[in-house]
Amino acid sequence: MTAARRPVVKLKVSSVQAGASNKTGGKPRAAKAPPTQMATKVAANAAKNARTNTVTSVAVSAEWPLWEVFVRSKQGLDHRHCGSLHAVDAKQALNMARDVYTRRQEGVSIWVVPSNLIVASEPDAKEEFFEPMADKIYRHPSFYQLPEELKHM
Amino acid sequence: MTDIAIDDRLQFLLRLADSPLVLSHRLSEWAGHGPVLEEDIALANIALDLLGQARLLYQHAATVANRNGTGRNAHHLGAGHGHDKSDGDLTEDSLAYFRDNAQFRNFTMLELPNSGVSSASSGDGDYAFTIVRNTLYSAWSVLLWQALAASTDPQVAAIAAKSVKESRYHWRHASDWLVRLGDGTDESHQRCQRALDSLLPYSNEWFLADALDLAAASAGLGIDPSTLLAPWLAMVQSLVEQATLKWPGDSRFHSAGKRGQHGEHLSYLLTQMQSLARAHPGAVW
Repeated sequence: MTAARRPVVKLKVSSVQAGASNKTGGKPRAAKAPPTQMATKVAANAAKNARTNTVTSVAVSAEWPLWEVFVRSKQGLDHRHCGSLHAVDAKQALNMARDVYTRRQEGVSIWVVPSNLIVASEPDAKEEFFEPMADKIYRHPSFYQLPEELKHM
Repeated sequence: MTDIAIDDRLQFLLRLADSPLVLSHRLSEWAGHGPVLEEDIALANIALDLLGQARLLYQHAATVANRNGTGRNAHHLGAGHGHDKSDGDLTEDSLAYFRDNAQFRNFTMLELPNSGVSSASSGDGDYAFTIVRNTLYSAWSVLLWQALAASTDPQVAAIAAKSVKESRYHWRHASDWLVRLGDGTDESHQRCQRALDSLLPYSNEWFLADALDLAAASAGLGIDPSTLLAPWLAMVQSLVEQATLKWPGDSRFHSAGKRGQHGEHLSYLLTQMQSLARAHPGAVW
């Protein structure tokens, strides 16, 4: 990385909180915080989100927050998880998802979700969570005749 | 509505094609050097969009020239020498790779190195410079393609209708970053302001109609570029304000890239871009 790109690369969200209130408070440029607390617009947004509890880990993260990307490949189908990326806020995450994950006509719709908002099941709970279903094959619709028109089952 | 001479029609198409080609090359120089991976890919996407626009226009220009027998006598296009086709027909490749500096009709702004107006062409890229340039150019492109969708040349109209969607995304990408960087740190703000101050004078030629522009406009083929100024200013100035940047004062500077008068930067760019095609004429994958 060269010095030329420093402002873009070195946006550390963790150093932003103090400056963030500066920016959103609409103070003039001259009144801004010293460089170590300097905020960017984007990081300010992220910090603002953190305050409203939508992106809770942003304030402590040293990197741009992580987002999970879901793409719907065509109308009528579900959005499917296709990967993740780092972005400072939702708007940028959407733009980047478009650039990274839909270059080959993969999609007609994109969702991005802050990764830290996803609540995942515990790998340790696998037995109680999933194994009881193993012997209940009658729950599969394989005992029924599916109508021709039904697709994507 | 008047008719337009075949040579003028070709020059008109080359003006449309050369700008996206040259900017595409500049953006492709960021590949592997972008500030973050996602931006690397975003700029490559934009470069490929622009390359696609240029290709369609070169293909159309070549078809027009060859149909009228102009291809064989294309010395004035400079695309005749050194290329592989013995019948002398023009191709998109001969137009892109076998014309020299003075035959290129791109706007001067787009050939400036990524490092900025006054720096050496080999310098490191300045992302603020790229973002400001993309902002100015994508706004202009959106307006141009919108207008050309009504061109009397159905090929041009179709290319414009396709390209306007791409340019709208380029504007979205660049304008988003301009606000983030302009209203960002002191350094990113200063870099954007410096880029805007140095780039804006190069936009003067975009709106200055010359005889060729007016001939194309009166044939319904093109538009009078001066009509784009007011809507362009409306787009760009409000964004600049949002980015907390200062709009520079008027400049009387006029570059003349679209008339084939280029600085040294284009020579270096073409040397690199054309070297493979010239070393191995007719090379294919």
